[in-house]
Amino acid sequence: MRDFIVKRLAQMASVFVIVSMFAFSIIYFSPGDPLYLYTSPSVSTYKMSEEQLDDMRASLGLRGNVAQRYINWAGKMLKGDWGLSISNHQPVKKQILDRLPNTIGLMGAALLLSVLIAIPLGLLAGYHKNRWIDNLISAVSYLGISLPAFWFGIMLIIVFSLNLGWLPSAGMRTIGVESALDVIRHGILPVIVLSVNNTAVFVRYIRSNTIEQKEEEYVMTAISKGVPKTQVLLRHVLKNCLLPIITMVGMNFGTLITGSFIVESVFGWPGLGTLCMDAINSRDYTMIMGITMLTCIVLLIGNFLADILYGLADPRIKQGKEARNG
Amino acid sequence: MSKILQVKNLSVHFDTHAGKIQAVRDVSFGIREKKVTAIVGESGCGKSVTAKTIMGLIQRPGVIAEESRIFFQGEDILTYTEKQWEDYRGQRCSIVFQDALTALNPTMNIGKQITEKIRVHRRTSRQEAWQEGIRMLEQVGIPGAAMRMRQYPHEFSGGMRQRAMIAIALTLHPQLLIADEPTTALDVTIQADILEMMKEIQKEQGMTIILITHDLGIVADFAQDIIVMYAGKIVEKGSAEDIFYHPAHPYTEALLRAVPRLDILGGQLETIEGAPPNMAAPPTGCPFADRCKKRLPVCETRSPQETELAEGHQVFCWLQGGNDDDR
Repeated sequence: MRDFIVKRLAQMASVFVIVSMFAFSIIYFSPGDPLYLYTSPSVSTYKMSEEQLDDMRASLGLRGNVAQRYINWAGKMLKGDWGLSISNHQPVKKQILDRLPNTIGLMGAALLLSVLIAIPLGLLAGYHKNRWIDNLISAVSYLGISLPAFWFGIMLIIVFSLNLGWLPSAGMRTIGVESALDVIRHGILPVIVLSVNNTAVFVRYIRSNTIEQKEEEYVMTAISKGVPKTQVLLRHVLKNCLLPIITMVGMNFGTLITGSFIVESVFGWPGLGTLCMDAINSRDYTMIMGITMLTCIVLLIGNFLADILYGLADPRIKQGKEARNG
Repeated sequence: MSKILQVKNLSVHFDTHAGKIQAVRDVSFGIREKKVTAIVGESGCGKSVTAKTIMGLIQRPGVIAEESRIFFQGEDILTYTEKQWEDYRGQRCSIVFQDALTALNPTMNIGKQITEKIRVHRRTSRQEAWQEGIRMLEQVGIPGAAMRMRQYPHEFSGGMRQRAMIAIALTLHPQLLIADEPTTALDVTIQADILEMMKEIQKEQGMTIILITHDLGIVADFAQDIIVMYAGKIVEKGSAEDIFYHPAHPYTEALLRAVPRLDILGGQLETIEGAPPNMAAPPTGCPFADRCKKRLPVCETRSPQETELAEGHQVFCWLQGGNDDDR
């Protein structure tokens, strides 16, 4: 197990480096310039001289070709210096870490909700394959997969905030109110929107797993022992069809992150997503890189944890790994 | 001799996309108590489906025909409610499947898989059930049973795994044990060990066993009665002596000739030419007619009825009379 972890960590480090290179060059080659603000006559009447601009480029780390700039950035990053935001000149690290808990909270709640809803629905649908209950659950889950988050979010706002007035439409806190309940009230709609897609995907997955596991011979053995069928489902089928879900959750971490960016924009949730959108619009290179790298870390850790958990939950994997690693 | 199990006019078919597959067609037989009966036949002859029907394990798309009856100690089990089935399964009748690797739950340790059976039928504490589990593993010859209880199926060797499977089936001492190709997935030497072990336990406890196999070689010194099936029908049934020394059906004769023997040196092993009929459209006559070297014109058009050759020895063959009652 230890060797396995060491190997995975090395793998993650190399993925991390490659992602940083890709992200850096994509930003470098994309059109637009953070200094546009200071040079365009349409934005400001004061026009900087070439010399001033050059000084500014140097201070922002924008001088040189892509390789030089990457090495410069990476060197500082390794020392823990994430740089200053180009647009507001505040430290990137602090701004990101301030917003991170908001996004993690949103994602965690959405993930939990997805899993809690998807397990019973998926089992039910799989157990009653092709009966009306399965058809209903499957139809709803197809709908869930195809609903665009931004549209669904706006619809929920119209119904629950505008028409019914039950829930706030945007933000994370009511100004002047400092309570957890207030944050939760603000979070309900974003969490629902964020969880819909994953819930639907998980339902489909658990359903097909249940159908597959139900046909396995060990289920017949359990029935032939005289175990009641619901107990067979809960004690035998459930665990075996939930095991792959752990990996599934790890893999869906990415969609969860991108999903949260969209949802945050729709609901004005002060998380990484809104921060990132602003950064992209103002070509705030340091901020974009900071968020990209953090997202990358979160994703890698998510997958890593999923693998470890799977190894702990499945006796075959645990033993197999120990055997392979001596 | 009393019969523990009576199967009457059992027919089972499967509704599939390829059509109605008639796996078992109007089969009747009795199983003598405290004896070993072997059901012999090649793959797809309906022997496993028969076994599963006796355990109540036939599910959609499988359908048991209306007129079928299975009497276990006088009760028609096909009329059982789900609750009665749960009570019957495991406690009165148990089954051992061919491949213990797939038949055991891969993510549950052996101990739990044994104690689960005890605890659904008996009100015992976890500890008592665990102790009983250890005793069962010891009984089937698994060394270090207490330690083995905590292991998972993949940590067992093939032979040990099958022993564990048998231990689970024997737990609670069911009157009838169905062994569905119990040694087919194993090496020949391990196969012999396990059969030996089963034989001993059968003698000790006076258990009734139905041994389902395609291997006549393992039947010879184990079973007292033999039922030969072909294409969903019984072609011959009788005592082991009847079948081995006085086979009456050409298929039985052909099967016996196809068993490799050490006492006849040289020559080529005989095979039965052709393949079993398509079960979606089984022949109207004798199912074996197509491959039979002694077939008569009547064999292809009409199904032979049961002919009693001797006490307990029946055959379904026109050569033996075919019992031409037109009804």
